[in-house]
Amino acid sequence: MRLEGKVAVITGAGTGIGKSTALRFAKEGAKVVITDINEASVRQTADEIVQLGGEALALRHDVGSEDNWVQVVEEAVKTYGTIDVLFNNAGIYVIKPLFDTTVEDWNRLMNINVTSVFLGMKHVIPVMLKQQRGSVINASSIAGIGGSPNHVLYGASKGAVRTMTKDVAMEFATQGVRVNSIHPGYINTAMVDYAAATTHRDKEALGQAVSPLGRVGNVDEVSNLVLFLASDESSYMTGTEMVIDGGAMAR
Amino acid sequence: MRFQDKVAVVTGGASGIGEATVRAFAAEGAKVVIADFSERGTEVAEELNKQGLDAYFVKTDVTNEDSVKAMVDATVEKYGKLDIMFANAGIGAEGQSHELELKDWQRMIDINLTGVFLSDKYAIAQMLKQGTGGAIVNCGSIHSHVARNTIPAYAAAKGGVKLLTQSNGIAYAQQNIRVNAICPGYIDTPLLKDASDEARNYLVSLHPMGRLGKAEEIAKSVLFLASDDASFVTGTTLTVDGGYTAQ
Repeated sequence: MRLEGKVAVITGAGTGIGKSTALRFAKEGAKVVITDINEASVRQTADEIVQLGGEALALRHDVGSEDNWVQVVEEAVKTYGTIDVLFNNAGIYVIKPLFDTTVEDWNRLMNINVTSVFLGMKHVIPVMLKQQRGSVINASSIAGIGGSPNHVLYGASKGAVRTMTKDVAMEFATQGVRVNSIHPGYINTAMVDYAAATTHRDKEALGQAVSPLGRVGNVDEVSNLVLFLASDESSYMTGTEMVIDGGAMAR
Repeated sequence: MRFQDKVAVVTGGASGIGEATVRAFAAEGAKVVIADFSERGTEVAEELNKQGLDAYFVKTDVTNEDSVKAMVDATVEKYGKLDIMFANAGIGAEGQSHELELKDWQRMIDINLTGVFLSDKYAIAQMLKQGTGGAIVNCGSIHSHVARNTIPAYAAAKGGVKLLTQSNGIAYAQQNIRVNAICPGYIDTPLLKDASDEARNYLVSLHPMGRLGKAEEIAKSVLFLASDDASFVTGTTLTVDGGYTAQ
């Protein structure tokens, strides 16, 4: 059990990568605090974890709200005593040409994708510092490293997450709190359905086009990586960016 | 046991990061070939075999094509196949360009870059013959990404390893041969045994975590990349450096 006795907070855990990670963490012995803006979805994830014999606390969570973060951290500590792992996973995907992008679009996406990560680190790391131990994993994207047409909004948000990760990693490097980012390529979630629809391709063609492995990734392949970064196996890793994209960024 | 029935080769497996990785693979069920120039590989293999694990020493010069080919052949003869290659063998040396002897440059390139090329070449050829796919982990460095002013040859070789890794990663993706590089910071290994306290403290100071890495910490990352858990990871680098390159 690679996360035996650890407490993990996972945002956006009602679907996709967040849900897969919640289940994987629970199977590896973690108690999970799982949150989502869609409360019904995250309750469903919690039910599945409990059926497997795990422990989960499901909370409705607007990740762009500081008050909400304060409540989530309080609930987590009250229920399980501490927080060892934070996976800032919640986010949204918008593909939109520059000239069509409004300030409202911009502010909404930055709130959900960037302010969320800032607030998560701000409110969870103090709990980790009390025990001089913790691992934060922030979900960026290959869009946080390279450019794509019509990705000004999403790319800016994921680029911010990439750099914030390194900044906060440096701030707490000597205090036992590690902070790393993951950079998935196209992973088989609702985001890929959206990307396929927006670019008028089917999912298989999209996978073949975007990755040398010739397919989109599976959510479980990403949660494998998050587990590695959350566990003590990655004890000398901080401030790094881990690309998981079937080779897309290598060329 | 993530590596039950897998066959893994570790070049430079008789000491340091290589030895730690050999031990970690063996403990998780792999049959491990210790490919090293040093006869110490025999001792490591004997010790593991006494514990009921499975390891085999093949004396190897990674700069010599015939030697690498013979080592891969010996692996297949002994264990029937090759699933994982950790191309790890390497040396460290200082020396600025204006006074670096050509022979010292050449030795660095031969061991740290050509050695990785040859290890990849014969591992990939064998994996293609098997049709099974496979996983290759090359040993890069933080100096695949950033320089330091007294190690031009080392950084050039390790920079080469990074793009060799990306090239092989994309070239063999369709055959499901994954190729990634591990990029360690400075690790407390025999490569640093002769360093003075002052030099050592300087190296520590370069890492935001305030310590050097342990060989076992690198081994765990190699195992992640080599395992099926990393099935969507190819052509990339995994940096394990206590924050060195994030500054």
